[in-house]
Amino acid sequence: MMSDLNAQAIKKYGNSFLKEVEANVEEGEWVKMCMQCGVCSGSCPFGPHWAHPPQEIFMMIRAGKREEVLTSDSMWMCTSCYNCIVRCPRKLPITHIMHGLANYAHRLGLAPKNQPTRVFAKMFWDNIVKTGRVNELKLSLGLYFKDGLGPGIKTALAMKDIGLGMLKAKRLNPLELVKGHGCKDTKGIHAMLKKAREIEDRRKGFAA
Amino acid sequence: MADQKTAAYICQGCGLGERLDTRQLAQVASRDGKMNLVREHPFLCSSEGVAMIRNDIENEGVTHIAIAACSRRAKTEAFHFPTVAMSRANLREGVIWIRPEGDEHQETTQEMADDYVRMACAEVKKMVQPAGNPAAARNDTVLVVGGGVSGMTAALEASKAGYRVVLVEKTGALGGMAAKLWKRVAYKEPFADPADTGVNELTARIQADKNIKVYLNATVAKTDGAPGRFTIDIATESGSISQEHVGAIVQASGFTLYDMNKLPELGGGLPNVVDQLGLEELARAANGGPIKRADGVEVKTVVFVQCAGQRDPSGTHLPYCSGHCCLTSIKQAMYFKDRNPDVDTVVIFDDLRTPGNGEDFYRSAQRKGVTFTKGKVSSVASAGNGLKVTFHDLILDDKNATIDADLVVLATGQVPNSGVNIDQPREEGVDIKPISILNLNYRQGPDVPQLVHGFADSHFICFPYESRRTGIYPTGPVRRPMDIAQAMEDATGAALKAIQAIENAAAGRAAHPRSGDLSYPTFRAEGCTQCKRCTVECPFGAIDEDEKRYPVFNESRCRRCGTCMGACPVRVISFENYSVDTVGSQIKAVDIPDEFSEKPRILVLACENDAYPALDMAGMKRQTYSAFVRVIPVRCLGSVNLIWITDALNSGYDGVMLMGCKHGEQYQCHFVKGSEMASYRLSKVDDTLKSLNLETERVQNYEVAITDIERVPQLINDYAEKIKEIGMSPFKF
Repeated sequence: MMSDLNAQAIKKYGNSFLKEVEANVEEGEWVKMCMQCGVCSGSCPFGPHWAHPPQEIFMMIRAGKREEVLTSDSMWMCTSCYNCIVRCPRKLPITHIMHGLANYAHRLGLAPKNQPTRVFAKMFWDNIVKTGRVNELKLSLGLYFKDGLGPGIKTALAMKDIGLGMLKAKRLNPLELVKGHGCKDTKGIHAMLKKAREIEDRRKGFAA
Repeated sequence: MADQKTAAYICQGCGLGERLDTRQLAQVASRDGKMNLVREHPFLCSSEGVAMIRNDIENEGVTHIAIAACSRRAKTEAFHFPTVAMSRANLREGVIWIRPEGDEHQETTQEMADDYVRMACAEVKKMVQPAGNPAAARNDTVLVVGGGVSGMTAALEASKAGYRVVLVEKTGALGGMAAKLWKRVAYKEPFADPADTGVNELTARIQADKNIKVYLNATVAKTDGAPGRFTIDIATESGSISQEHVGAIVQASGFTLYDMNKLPELGGGLPNVVDQLGLEELARAANGGPIKRADGVEVKTVVFVQCAGQRDPSGTHLPYCSGHCCLTSIKQAMYFKDRNPDVDTVVIFDDLRTPGNGEDFYRSAQRKGVTFTKGKVSSVASAGNGLKVTFHDLILDDKNATIDADLVVLATGQVPNSGVNIDQPREEGVDIKPISILNLNYRQGPDVPQLVHGFADSHFICFPYESRRTGIYPTGPVRRPMDIAQAMEDATGAALKAIQAIENAAAGRAAHPRSGDLSYPTFRAEGCTQCKRCTVECPFGAIDEDEKRYPVFNESRCRRCGTCMGACPVRVISFENYSVDTVGSQIKAVDIPDEFSEKPRILVLACENDAYPALDMAGMKRQTYSAFVRVIPVRCLGSVNLIWITDALNSGYDGVMLMGCKHGEQYQCHFVKGSEMASYRLSKVDDTLKSLNLETERVQNYEVAITDIERVPQLINDYAEKIKEIGMSPFKF
């Protein structure tokens, strides 16, 4: 189904990736307003550590480098510090565009599979959707074991002092692992999220 | 000279009375200065003090006054006595403000003040109150050469101010380059869309204006005379010559595009590659419909190549930025987007420059979907029915990025139509005769001198619109690259400058920077050796030669810098209030202590435009410097005659500091090359020093800017130290 969406998008927008971004990415209509001053990239605390800082991402979108942008892990590296937005002389919502791009890449099934931010985001979503509340214990343990049993045990042991401390301070209830507490109308929440997804898909043209 | 009556006025205000013995100054003025009348006053610039001086002028018959108070640059309105000759002794900024208080400094500070009083008295006695240019003439007509937007605007503005205009246009219609455009760049709120050029309206206003006489298909065959009395021969369509008499000239001869055939690597010469003007033609032909190529194919993708043959560091093409091309390309991309948003428009730029409100225009184009790509185009080649543009994407560092296009537009920039480059000798054996715009009948050549890159301008910071020919004002793209909005503003300024020239010439006064100066150079023909140094060195081409090869001073062309006076080896050129004698007398008036006094004397000749104000400001900031210097302001270092230096050394000065403006390519000299001429002359002074058995360090030349407020006192103190090291001059009596 994911690759269908991708194929659909390619068919619809041809080689005009900029138009595709404008139509499908949150705040994507701002990409064309970038004037390539590079202040965002210069301000980004992660700037030197990722493949493509924002200035390059915007340039790549305009240059039609669809595959490279959507499979990139760059936008997943954004920590939402908002330095770029604050400093952009054109007032581009850069952080929002980064999140929008990440979300779009994820929906098309092009986002890098094991990118930790993506894995965390997905886990968080599944966790919260299930009962309508975050189960912190399940979420953090799930994150420990995302790369397999061995690394999971290692991380868990490394964190055990903190865990015991939290237990003592009554900030951690081991019973949550078994049951976990929900909220009043889980069904209602599920229905609400389903409706929201429907609306968004319709708006972005994802609905069949 | 017989009826010369001199008076000196010593001010006690501003702390002068507390810091100096003004009684002694008064004695110096009458005993050494030999002034007929000497008065002290507690507050000389007050209405009472001024009334005292005025009373002396009116009732005592005083003709020459020396005012010992503040700098000559201060209180000019209070001390304004146009009927008498006046000199000023700078005791405030030049003495008490730059000397520390305290008994141990008192003696040298007082000596400094005494000398300045002696100098002012000596100077004023040699001065004659200027009577104004005898050849002053009034003509209220402005000649405008060029009928484009700049020329038409200048003509209309001059007419609005009440002056007649003669407009000469070489083609058969008014409008110039702007008439060839489909639209112009947005010039008012909200700066979002291309606007009408407005050429038709301008043309209609010119035609309706009775003060403006238009010659079409005409050129200037000869320009004779000087401001206030130019005679212009106009070669008209019929082949006959019409003669017009005008007071000042505005040269609005515009530009031509850099030839894109010189850019084969960017596709110059290929069928679907046009320059910006070529695209305007296509847009005009489309008349609002879809823009088509010459072969009739509708353009679906267009690439704009910025800086095509501009900002070229290799020296092959234009080295400069033409300033308007970014906005022009943005405008042209909108031509496509406004008709059909699906046309792909890509602007490949290196640095996008959108001055003024252009930023809004740029943003508007981005909103309309024009794509801006930072890159440098390496080649444009034919590909199928279109073109392939290869470029280095500078953001992604992709050296082989490509775009396919139906049409490529090259931003080739502006080349000024400034006529003959008079500073460059004509190449032997080259048949093409450069076309002169003004055909000046000046000794120095047929057109105005060019500043840089062929643009006709005089001084890039201080004097916009000026050329180095007084009364001739280049405007618009012939002066520097610009767009329509800037040209209209520029032309308004040039029209005003032309009006100033007319008014100054009519009153026999100098143009800037000595505006209002009534003095003018005179020369003693019987002493003249016809060496022609004055005619060659005059930065403004003011001096012609007569049939007997004597210099002819065209006073209304003269800016009174005195470079001719400095150049003259036999010293026959002088001004009524500024001469070899006025300055020479000041130099000799200084009291030189004997060799064993440990009190050296250093002469400072400071340019009054930059160095002297810097010294004054150093005083205002209470920067201290040596009490051994005696500063004499000069109109320009170019006016420094070497005899002053020889005289100074012969009469026992221990050193001479010359302070002029920066010269060379990035010159700051108000008189263009005065300080350069001075430093050239001084390069020969070493021989003189050696022949006198003096150290070459005894004469030093400095480039000083008006902002060097802290540096100048330092220079003086360092030099005073150096003189201490070298030792006193052996030429003391």
